[in-house]
Amino acid sequence: MNHWLAIIGMMLLTVLIRASFLVFGQRLAFPDWLNRALHYVPPAVLSALVVPMALAPSGTVDISLHNAYLPGIIVAALVAWKSGKTLLAIVISFAVYGLWRWGLLPG
Amino acid sequence: MTHTVNRRALLLEGTRDTVPMLVGAAPFGVIFGTLAIAAGLSSATAIGMSVLVFAGSSQFIGVSLIGAGTALPVLWLTTFVVNLRHALYSATLLPFARDWSLAWRWPLAFWLTDETFAVVEHRFRTKGAEGGQWYWLGSSLAMYGNWLLWTVVGVSLGQSLPGLANLGLDFAMGATFAAIVAPQLKRRPALGAAVAAGVVAMLGRGLPYKLDLMLAALAGVLSGLLLEQWAKRKEPSA
Repeated sequence: MNHWLAIIGMMLLTVLIRASFLVFGQRLAFPDWLNRALHYVPPAVLSALVVPMALAPSGTVDISLHNAYLPGIIVAALVAWKSGKTLLAIVISFAVYGLWRWGLLPG
Repeated sequence: MTHTVNRRALLLEGTRDTVPMLVGAAPFGVIFGTLAIAAGLSSATAIGMSVLVFAGSSQFIGVSLIGAGTALPVLWLTTFVVNLRHALYSATLLPFARDWSLAWRWPLAFWLTDETFAVVEHRFRTKGAEGGQWYWLGSSLAMYGNWLLWTVVGVSLGQSLPGLANLGLDFAMGATFAAIVAPQLKRRPALGAAVAAGVVAMLGRGLPYKLDLMLAALAGVLSGLLLEQWAKRKEPSA
């Protein structure tokens, strides 16, 4: 895949969306259902990416002690949910992942 | 004379009000740069993505899709879906910016991130938008410079430690997404959207062109809307 082509496309889409109302103004109006639908886009897309990473990090489902991704990602979600602090959640989950992978299950 | 002073003051005020956001965005710039290298991007394309796209969450997702060899139309469709919320920011700020020239509105739109939106919207709503394009510009340039700086730091980190990917840096992507999404799930329809999307993503694993991601996103959004509708209907009788 041509990475630059990918990036140019991403740029055009991003700037057009951000410019939508600011540049093209009042001619645009979203119907109410679309406005409400937009609220669910981030949780849906992010979960669709995260869940397979946690449950099947190497492609096949792995719900065992050998899957360090699962406890790490669960901890990331729990800490962020409780504290609202994204970065804290990431740091703690790194520690859990590292300990699990290289501390608890050597080899 | 007064105008020059005013502009500079507004520019600085916009920059200053954005400082807390800079601290929050910095580690994500580093993580992005490192992951982009681990996903197989060159340093030029990794930095180029920050220069040209300048959208944190879609850059993260974009890099993970590029690393997985996703087809271009799906990558672009995903970018579009993930960034659609920015149209809401654009609509919210339009009443303040209506009379500004296009030479202002285009670049300010390019720089319209979640962080700058939060800062600028608050300022305009509480203190008005007189001369606000300079305030907005100050916030934008601070965010942009900050993002580029930390991307470069991440890219050089990724290059000097080429083994990082095998050390589980792809885990960083999963943990980052999980930490971003979890606080958004306190309302039941949003939680339902996440669960539906997760289930469909698991069932659809391996579909060509990452169609699994698109189907999962669609299932999630529909579930969220349905649950919201359902909660509304129950409310009056309760």
